[in-house]
Amino acid sequence: MDITFLLNGESVHVSEVNPTQSALDWLRETQGLTGTKEGCNEGDCGACTVMIADEAGARAVNACILFMGQLDGKSLTTVEGVARKTDDGLALHPVQAAMIEEHGSQCGFCTPGIVMSLATSHLTGDRNHDDILAGNLCRCTGYAPIIRAAEKAWKMPIPDGFGVPKVTIPDPTADAMRPESSDALAAAYLATPDATLIAGATDVGLWATKQLRDLNPVIFLSGVKDLQNIDITDDALTIGAGVSLERTRKLMADQHPHFAEMLRRFASTQVRNAATLGGNIANGSPIGDAPPPLIALGADITLRHGDTRRTIALEDFFIAYGKQDRVAGEFVESITVPRAPHTPDTLRVYKLSKRFDQDISAVLGAFNIAVTDGVITNSRIAFGGMAGTPQRAKSVEAALTGQPWTRETIIATLPAFATDYTPMSDMRASAAYRLKVAQNMLIRAFEDSQGSATNVLEVSS
Amino acid sequence: MSIGKPLPHDTAHLHVTGAARYVDDIPTPTGTLHLAFGLSDVAHGEITAMDLSAVRNAPGVITVLTAEDVPFENDVSPAAHDEPLLSTGSVHYVGQPIFLVVATSHLAARKAARLGKIDIAEKPAVLTIDQAMEADSRFEGGPVIWSRGKAKDALTSAPHLIEGQFEMGGQEHFYLEGQAAMALPGEDGEMLVHSSTQHPSEIQHKVAHAIGLPMHAVRVETRRMGGGFGGKESQGNALAVACAIAARQTGKPCKMRYDRDDDMVITGKRHDFRIAYRAGVDAAGKLLGLEVTQFARCGWAQDLSLPVADRAMLHADNAYFLENVEITSHRLKTNTQSATAYRGFGGPQGVLGIERILEHIARDRGLDPIEVRRVNFYADGQTTHYGQEIEGFHIPDMCDALLTRAEFSKRRAEVDAFNAENPVLKRGLGFSPVKFGISFTLTHLNQAGALVHVYQDGSIHLNHGGTEMGQGLFQKVAQVAASVFAVDMNVVKITATDTAKVPNTSATAASSGSDLNGMAVKAACETIRERISTHLAESWRVAPGDVVFSGGQVQAAGHPPISFAEAAGQAYFARISLSSTGFYKTPKITWDRIKGRGRPFLYFAHGVALCEVVIDTLTGENRILRTDIIHDTGNSLNPALDVGQVEGAFVQGAGWLTTEELVWDDAGRLRTHAPSTYKIPASSDRPRIFNVDLWNKPNSEDTVGRSKAVGEPPFMLGISAWLALADAISACGDGFHDLNAPATSEEVLASVDRVRSA
Repeated sequence: MDITFLLNGESVHVSEVNPTQSALDWLRETQGLTGTKEGCNEGDCGACTVMIADEAGARAVNACILFMGQLDGKSLTTVEGVARKTDDGLALHPVQAAMIEEHGSQCGFCTPGIVMSLATSHLTGDRNHDDILAGNLCRCTGYAPIIRAAEKAWKMPIPDGFGVPKVTIPDPTADAMRPESSDALAAAYLATPDATLIAGATDVGLWATKQLRDLNPVIFLSGVKDLQNIDITDDALTIGAGVSLERTRKLMADQHPHFAEMLRRFASTQVRNAATLGGNIANGSPIGDAPPPLIALGADITLRHGDTRRTIALEDFFIAYGKQDRVAGEFVESITVPRAPHTPDTLRVYKLSKRFDQDISAVLGAFNIAVTDGVITNSRIAFGGMAGTPQRAKSVEAALTGQPWTRETIIATLPAFATDYTPMSDMRASAAYRLKVAQNMLIRAFEDSQGSATNVLEVSS
Repeated sequence: MSIGKPLPHDTAHLHVTGAARYVDDIPTPTGTLHLAFGLSDVAHGEITAMDLSAVRNAPGVITVLTAEDVPFENDVSPAAHDEPLLSTGSVHYVGQPIFLVVATSHLAARKAARLGKIDIAEKPAVLTIDQAMEADSRFEGGPVIWSRGKAKDALTSAPHLIEGQFEMGGQEHFYLEGQAAMALPGEDGEMLVHSSTQHPSEIQHKVAHAIGLPMHAVRVETRRMGGGFGGKESQGNALAVACAIAARQTGKPCKMRYDRDDDMVITGKRHDFRIAYRAGVDAAGKLLGLEVTQFARCGWAQDLSLPVADRAMLHADNAYFLENVEITSHRLKTNTQSATAYRGFGGPQGVLGIERILEHIARDRGLDPIEVRRVNFYADGQTTHYGQEIEGFHIPDMCDALLTRAEFSKRRAEVDAFNAENPVLKRGLGFSPVKFGISFTLTHLNQAGALVHVYQDGSIHLNHGGTEMGQGLFQKVAQVAASVFAVDMNVVKITATDTAKVPNTSATAASSGSDLNGMAVKAACETIRERISTHLAESWRVAPGDVVFSGGQVQAAGHPPISFAEAAGQAYFARISLSSTGFYKTPKITWDRIKGRGRPFLYFAHGVALCEVVIDTLTGENRILRTDIIHDTGNSLNPALDVGQVEGAFVQGAGWLTTEELVWDDAGRLRTHAPSTYKIPASSDRPRIFNVDLWNKPNSEDTVGRSKAVGEPPFMLGISAWLALADAISACGDGFHDLNAPATSEEVLASVDRVRSA
């Protein structure tokens, strides 16, 4: 594949690059740009964080699971491109200067990634440093001096020229591997149904870096413009499968704040910037965090195969572990969430993971329980991590519906969880703990509705 | 004086621009080859057949080596000669290297390494502490037992007896830079090795044995590590030796770095422990007699397990006087990764043991946990259970200062009121002190060397045996050098650790880096300064003692000051040697590890922490709300770097005891071998309010600048977070929490149930 992109502001054309070579390896092994580090090679530690910019703006992503094929038509900035070269040497970016002044680096290995995350957020105006850095692990400092540096740099202006390409970002190429429309994608995928579809590569990337699989042939989705659409009507919210999880989070902040708060803790900023809502559904993981709340909201998905489209309930897409209702050459095109803007939002989402931020859920519970005059009139409850697929708690729903919304009802309903779920034990949680916590999440949903304090994040010393 | 200044890390400017070079960043000569190990997927067994044809035929593979191809010694152990580089026919854990792939790229080597077909006749594997005790699978003939006084009698006569046991998990180092080495073959068999290691001399020693040459033929250079934490004290041997053997055979530079999953599967971690105890106490909770049994899971090879287990025994007292005590230590051999050094080196396990015992006493007797600690604190003049006299014991004063500064009484009342009002969320407060012994317990390791050159332009080239892993050692030592000559820091050039400049170095470990190397550098600098003084005194006709180095100048009464550079130039023209070595050995220490008696430590470093948490009693989720720390650094050489060590150590220690859980399955496979499954603290896991103060009182021992070591001691302050969780759990009912470590959300919830079901 031939690609053209900007590297630290300069235009670069690479011929016949392996489209699934990681940007990290390319930078380090062919360009001698070794400032970008490999810490884990799976998108969890952030030592390889770089900044990508295109018409959608600038964002931090992990270079270890960023394929060369995704770089076409983008601007890529690495840690080597952050400080401005002057006649007197380097003029440090405020983030770099503050990191030195506040003792934000010790061993220095995570530091380039931290600098890239903070320089990117400094440019885009984001200030929640814990969220910005959730995907940048540091083992030395305990983060306190890094946060002090971030706060200090925040007060400084964006340096002249930072994030502004010296030349125009080249247009991305359109071909069968890089379709620009859903129609072109449908045709390409129909012609090559064994292709690996690559959107954000936050999951597929690990097939390459950890499983050492050859992914070819591949089709990159990031150029498919109609997969980026978001359509809001009075009845429905329709989200293109290629919309990133970070855009989804921002969208949900207005629609379903609990969903947005869960997405804030979903992976890291770098991963959410790359990963797509469609990818989180289509890969069929039992521990994908987006499906349970979408199922609780009654979402449908539209699948496309050639020129044929069909719309099914999202919960029906997941047939069994590793098996989805999707034929070869068919792809998830969009997700439709019913919308009732004039009724109160009743969605509550609880994510439980071993580490609070940037961790795969042990259990994720989504509760959409409507109560009218003290009686439960409707309930949709779905869980991740409790079965081989994201799955509704139909016995629990049945036990609740029509009952008074009281503590007694909740307690009486708890045994129904064992009917719905037989969870497994793994390194994240035991089966017994999963079942107990799923039950307790229903208690929490009730306590929340009664105004009890249930959120550890809302307590301060 | 540059000593005592809060200067930034010496290469912070290179860290933030990406210009700091780690081993994998060093430009490689054309033709450099890359290595990867083929690993055992069985925990214990004998290799019956090995078919490596697919490996050899894989793209990019140059050669594949097995034990038979190792030309000389096939061993990468630090001392016990029980750890072959490549398996000699038996396998002892899942992840043990069996063969070595040499290929044209890192990726080609990794891909090929997965293609080996190895038949292994499985044998029963010893994985757990219970299995090891049952099979009597251990290092050293039997348990090591140290005692003082009459523990059994005291337990019999004590008014109250408290018994229990608990488990504490191990810990993955998770240095952000994985293990890495590169070997460049030179002329006449010489080998230059770049290694990410805390112990270049050991790398040199192991490589020399592996290629059959004297140590003089091997030069090891280490500029920096991307984190070490003990995980690069011995665990880098395999990569360096593999590179050297492959470089010797192929004649090409060879480089090896572990992919993160390989790193976590192959290398050792902190020892997990079980601690069982019987404590006899009086009405105030004062310990009258104590029996402690420590079970350490050491893994398949000895590595550093014996001194680790010794240090756990040495810290079984932490800050408390144990008049009648018996400590039993089981060093158990299991078919898992060979557990190794990790920040604190057994100390944290010993300290957590006694803190848990005091916690149990307080809960059992209905006493205030802090008061139970106060009645048991050491006083100056008492001796430890191994016979070292307690001197300059600051903890009672530090405790008072901390509780005042952190407004403990007011917050205790607030927390109790909150807990009374809130059914779902509970808050807790935890206090813990640390007293940590400073010196290697293997006495001969307490030595260091330095090499200092002053050039005729007055610039200074500094070298010593310590390694830089982020702790700021190089900067602290440079501050010492600049202080001796009274010059600006930019006059001093810090250079990579190099076995050809300073020989026979000890690992940078045991928090000893600045104590040992700072003193060696000071000695070298003082030698050169004296030579310059003597020369100038002669030429100025004053007494050498009247020549003063100050503010970058050298002067004496009646003579106009000259710059340091001018002084150096004059000395050069007068044919004065401006190069010197320096050497230091720690005084006063003696130690008999068999008897468990002596003075193993030159001094103790102290610290105190108060931590507040909140837990969710529906899920066990929790947050650290606030931490206050006062830590004893003596006269800090660099308060900014020292505060950084304290903050980082606390968070790492709290991580060990909360989210960092290592999980092995029944077949002995580590299931948590990447950051996706092994969770070190992230940014939001740090305390939301985090106050760290230094207890800046001079060390009573004659250390460099009267400072104290700081690398490991504050790690144990993370125990306050675990105790705060225990306190919050205790607010849920009347039962004993019986909390284990790590206190994951799952463990917290289980403990809440135990408290409620009593």
